[in-house]
Amino acid sequence: MEKSTTLIYDGSFNGFLTAVFTAFEERLNVADIQTNNKGQSGLFSENETIFTNVEKAKRVWNGVRNKSHAAISNIYFAYLSEMEGIEILLFRYIQKLMGTKSNKHLDFSDDTMLRISQLARSVGREKHRMEAFVRFQLTKDDIYFANIEPDFNVLPLISKHFRNRYADQQWLIYDVKRKYGLFYNLKGVELVSLNLNEIHFNKIHKSDAFLNEEYDYQTLWNDYFKSTNIKSRINKKLHTQHVPKRYWKYLSEKKETA
Amino acid sequence: MNFERIREKLNILADAAKYDVSCASSGSTRKNSKNGLGNSTGMGICHSYTEDGRCVSLLKILLTNYCIYDCAYCVTRKSNDVKRAAFKIQEVVDLTINFYRRNYIEGLFLSSGIFKNPDYTMERLIAVAKKLREEENFNGYIHLKSIPGASDELMYQAGLYADRLSVNIEVPTISGLKLLAPDKKHEDFTKPMLKVKNELLRYKNERKIIKSTPKYAPAGQSTQMIVGATNETDKDVMYSATFYYKKYHMKRVYYSGYVPVAKDDRLPSIGSQVPMLRENRLYQTDWLLRFYGFAVNEILNNDHPNLDMDVDPKLSWALRNLQHFPVDINKADKHMLARVPGLGMLSVGKILKARQFRKLNWEHLKKMGVALNRAQYFLVCDSKSWERRDLDAERIKGMILQNSKGKFRKQYSQQLALFN
Ligand code: SF4
Repeated sequence: MEKSTTLIYDGSFNGFLTAVFTAFEERLNVADIQTNNKGQSGLFSENETIFTNVEKAKRVWNGVRNKSHAAISNIYFAYLSEMEGIEILLFRYIQKLMGTKSNKHLDFSDDTMLRISQLARSVGREKHRMEAFVRFQLTKDDIYFANIEPDFNVLPLISKHFRNRYADQQWLIYDVKRKYGLFYNLKGVELVSLNLNEIHFNKIHKSDAFLNEEYDYQTLWNDYFKSTNIKSRINKKLHTQHVPKRYWKYLSEKKETA
Repeated sequence: MNFERIREKLNILADAAKYDVSCASSGSTRKNSKNGLGNSTGMGICHSYTEDGRCVSLLKILLTNYCIYDCAYCVTRKSNDVKRAAFKIQEVVDLTINFYRRNYIEGLFLSSGIFKNPDYTMERLIAVAKKLREEENFNGYIHLKSIPGASDELMYQAGLYADRLSVNIEVPTISGLKLLAPDKKHEDFTKPMLKVKNELLRYKNERKIIKSTPKYAPAGQSTQMIVGATNETDKDVMYSATFYYKKYHMKRVYYSGYVPVAKDDRLPSIGSQVPMLRENRLYQTDWLLRFYGFAVNEILNNDHPNLDMDVDPKLSWALRNLQHFPVDINKADKHMLARVPGLGMLSVGKILKARQFRKLNWEHLKKMGVALNRAQYFLVCDSKSWERRDLDAERIKGMILQNSKGKFRKQYSQQLALFN
């Protein structure tokens, strides 16, 4: 049996791309690609630790991108799904992609391709949802603050949207699940991690981190949401299909129901 | 901010505005300039959904619900006994900005009852938009209602600040209009439409020569028709819609099932059901006309003046035109694929790409998300099994309906998932 290798990387996207680079360069027979905190070694494979190298990562990125723009964004989106085993799936995808001359990513009848494009689509959907469902609350220090808890790691994907839109206000979007956030300080966006002693859901109880005016606007928005509804057309099922219940606790218009 | 006062106004003026269904915030791009506030990306975001499943993307309010007119179908009509209120210009500006900054909305949709006269009202709507753009440096979406009867000069100004302008035609037929809105003339609606269309054309031509020509209503104009208030047929509605699309270059025509708001012999009584399924069928038809290459007289004509309620209009057309089927999925051109029931444009695109690599069979189609329940009777693919029986339209329809109970009932949504 041919010897196979499990690549261990640091959990960053660049790290993953470096692993792909190494595998191609050393012509490895890859058994799996795992993050270093998992540490399950395979029975029949050797471990090799990958040191993230931005240059190498870039070469993979550019190589794939030259092949197909759609594929590179599919890969990045699917990666952010954080699905168990996503790395090895993506590796196979890249192998296939680089091994063909034609636009392989367009072949929707191939299983790996289909899976990747489905995952990318789910992540894309979550990105759009977050762009829509983030609800800022204005703090006393003049920062528009929002908590999110997305299924996938979409913060890197939504940064640009919020930076373009809210260029003249300070804002902070915090992922409570992954414990990091984006802070825009009127010049650029930085990564932050916070010691939140309280998660600011939109709850009835008021926090003194926010101005009173903040709660006035939430009430107005709430009222607006109610009065814009046409009772004779009610369709709750359709409603929850669009706004899945797991997001409700962050939406101020859903305050009473959550 | 006088919170209680604003709160009361907002309740009254949002309630009165909700019957306007056009909520789209798409089709316009405005870049954030000079680190100002907001942008429009052309995509349009639904920030929430009402409990009846409609998209909430704009703050949709009336400037006032005082009105000098008495249109029978409208809650705001003069003779209706409702609470009246009016926003100050600055109040609307503040609400918009504060909602926008919290990521509640994509922008503002401002309409109004007519107070004093059409021009006086239109001037105030424009003043709100102008303030938002020039004082607040606001680049979000603004949709202004063109007040029927407003002057050309004002319609010109409105387009300088708004992304979209709309006049609601409301009643699809001229006879219906006479009956229900006796104060209004047909020209009151069409004159502002014509002005906007001409300005749009003029700006487009100028932009070809001078790149930096400022924007004029970049998201174009739209209109809305109420259906089910008079006894118009679906043919009346869709021929009317086609006329407005062609003659005034409408971006969208919206169809709004009449919600009874008045006791009036001329109208369906209060408590009558809102014709939501009919509304949905009209939207599907609209879609077929705009994106699927159908002509209106293929779908609606004197022999067939109303849409089927039990099946969607494409399926209904296919059943009446079985001579065009079955279609070979591996050979047919885009135009014909688009006509197969159960195939949306998205699937058509995927099929065209995927069949460059291999011949497609049922399994492939299923994976791509084709609604085979409907499509199977109209297709052949790379498979020995296909519908060989020479079924007549009634049989096919019966079999499809049998396998899709409930599915069709779910299709009350007007704008989403029109064809899956
Ligand atoms: S003019 Fe407009 S607001 Fe006034 S009653 Fe007629 S439709 Fe309603």
